[in-house]
Amino acid sequence: MTGAAAENLTFGKAINAGLRAALADDPAVLLMGEDIGQLGGVFRITDGLQDEFGEDRVVDTPLAESGIMGTAVGLAYRGYRPVVEIQFDGFVYPSFDQIVSQVAKLHHRTHGAVTMPITIRIPFGGGIGSPEHHSESPEAYFVHTAGLRVVSPSTPQEGFDLIRAAVASNDPVVYLEPKRRYHDKAPVDLTAPLRPLGPAALAAQGSDVTLVTYGPLVKTCLQAAEAAAADGASLEVIDLRSLSPIDFGLIESSVRKTGRLVIAHEASRTGGLGAEIAATVTERCFHWLEHPPVRVTGFDIPYPPAKLEHHHVPDLDRILDGVDRALGRPNSLDSLDPFAAPVPLGSTSDHTSGA
Amino acid sequence: MGSTSLIPPSTGMPHVPEPDLLQVLTPEGHRRPDHDLDPWLEDVTPAMLTSLHRDMTLIRRIDTECTHLQRQGELALWPPLLGQEAAQAGSAVAMQDDDYVFPSYRENGVAYLRGVDPLGLVRLWRGATFAGWKPQDHNFAAQQIIIGAQALHAVGYAMGITRDGADAAAIGYFGDGATSQGDVNEAMVFAASFHAPVVFFCQNNHWAISEPVGLQAKRHIADRPWGFGIPAMRVDGNDVLAVMAATRRALERARNSGGPTFIEAVTYRMGPHTTADDPTRYRDAEEVEAWRAKDPIDRLEKHLAELGEDVEALTADSTAAADAMAAELRAGVAALADPEPADLFDHVYAEPHHELERQREHYRLYLEQFDGPQLEAGVR
Repeated sequence: MTGAAAENLTFGKAINAGLRAALADDPAVLLMGEDIGQLGGVFRITDGLQDEFGEDRVVDTPLAESGIMGTAVGLAYRGYRPVVEIQFDGFVYPSFDQIVSQVAKLHHRTHGAVTMPITIRIPFGGGIGSPEHHSESPEAYFVHTAGLRVVSPSTPQEGFDLIRAAVASNDPVVYLEPKRRYHDKAPVDLTAPLRPLGPAALAAQGSDVTLVTYGPLVKTCLQAAEAAAADGASLEVIDLRSLSPIDFGLIESSVRKTGRLVIAHEASRTGGLGAEIAATVTERCFHWLEHPPVRVTGFDIPYPPAKLEHHHVPDLDRILDGVDRALGRPNSLDSLDPFAAPVPLGSTSDHTSGA
Repeated sequence: MGSTSLIPPSTGMPHVPEPDLLQVLTPEGHRRPDHDLDPWLEDVTPAMLTSLHRDMTLIRRIDTECTHLQRQGELALWPPLLGQEAAQAGSAVAMQDDDYVFPSYRENGVAYLRGVDPLGLVRLWRGATFAGWKPQDHNFAAQQIIIGAQALHAVGYAMGITRDGADAAAIGYFGDGATSQGDVNEAMVFAASFHAPVVFFCQNNHWAISEPVGLQAKRHIADRPWGFGIPAMRVDGNDVLAVMAATRRALERARNSGGPTFIEAVTYRMGPHTTADDPTRYRDAEEVEAWRAKDPIDRLEKHLAELGEDVEALTADSTAAADAMAAELRAGVAALADPEPADLFDHVYAEPHHELERQREHYRLYLEQFDGPQLEAGVR
């Protein structure tokens, strides 16, 4: 990974390099989006690409997300491989119908006659002090949609590798960019061979708790693993990379070793990826579990104003609190009685649940 | 549209079209001059008119046969196009093979004229598949049920035509209801911005299920595209020659780098929205009867008679062909096999997906317990 060809690049520049490689490799690849041309995108991810490849391959579109997605579908019908930029996570919803009803379904609808090799790039997640609609984590909507693949890189190298794999895939891929990591710098091997989209990565080896995460929280979880090591707990951190499908094989092997599972994500809890991972691991690894799976997630609330976001986005301490729970160590929910009788819905206090 | 002047009807032509409604065949079957459309009709011969008559007769027969098949329980649903034969045949025959069609769900007449096997239509409405044909075999996209979504697909495809420098155009079909959708309006924005070689073909059949066109638009639908920078024509959709001429003109304009054009074909949905609908709950019989007098096939027959053609003979001919096709369709339906459980899982993804393969394998094991359809091991 860090051979002679490796260059020290920011996450953003690594994605830019991946897009450049994709445009150079295949004339069918087109970039479409708002402000991606001369401006280079509001995050500069497409910086310089229009000058290099021309206005008809790096296309500034009108401000209409459904329009962008729907015309990308038409271009895919004609054999193109559009890479669509949605400017911010919270702006993807106007195109939701085209994504869910067209992009995701057309290959199946046509019995494989029409492919939809569309990459949908979305800067996602919080932590950058933005206004409303600029910090969301909408991944569960897409993970729940059959026909889509969903990935999220966590390092500059993955940013480069995964964008190339996404563009090369004949399936539509939602590519979620952890925007608060855009400025992280690391060596990137720009000669790395094209790799498959699916496999998760073992970000840190450990033996006591399996900590599953993705995107922006990978870095936080690695910091948590270091802090936990100082406390005598060995965390195995799994970076999902692919959120749909999920590489359960790696998670299962890890949980069979550690017996304990913590899932961390910024997105809201209910119906989120943590729920899916907890359920699947419980189904497949029940006999190896020493403790119920623990979720450390954003709350079931609209993403809060910037001054409150540090309460919502799981940080190192909240993740360690979840790890302590999984290990049966003292933690914030100790005062709750796990054997208390369930409280019927509608009664005055039904807040006693905690994994 | 703005340049179209109302040409006074000649003696004996009681029907006066609305201002700006392009029409070359009156409901009485008289050919009237139109300086916008006549240049696109110079090759019209009695043989071509006979062929159009046959096309419309066959389309109507597919439609009525499928309505019957639904009533008899062979189809789950059918969206009749009765009354819209001229709008569909006239536009379809104006296309070239390289042109690409993005239909809604009611363009079964266009599908037929693009060479789609009627049995493919039947398989779809029987609930056996979502696409009864391979789009690239006919340059006819999979049918679209989300209202107006395909207008954007047509524009995107047309943007690709421009990039390829190809001599072709895309044509997107939708109804009056769809013009209220954001996607249709965004499609016009994109088409105008990228000067896309696309034709928007709106069949204003006056009803979006139970909602009259007046609920969608306070002015003529064809007035709207001008605001996007797209010229529009409002044509009599029950006049097969007017529709053919307008579509030829629009497609030719697209192919010659002239950009997008919008056609509002004013027609009428004589039947229900689908076989599940009951239009007597929301519209008057008188309105339907008034439109029956403008029937597109009758109109062409009157015109053929006026030209001295043996209408009885050619009608007998078309009807015989329609009978044969209907019999074949009916026999085909009886012989249709149900889809296999494998169709559930096939092609959801273009590339391997281990979690879906696992679900498929578990369902295979489940089905193995019973007699009946089975799943093969492995993935097709």
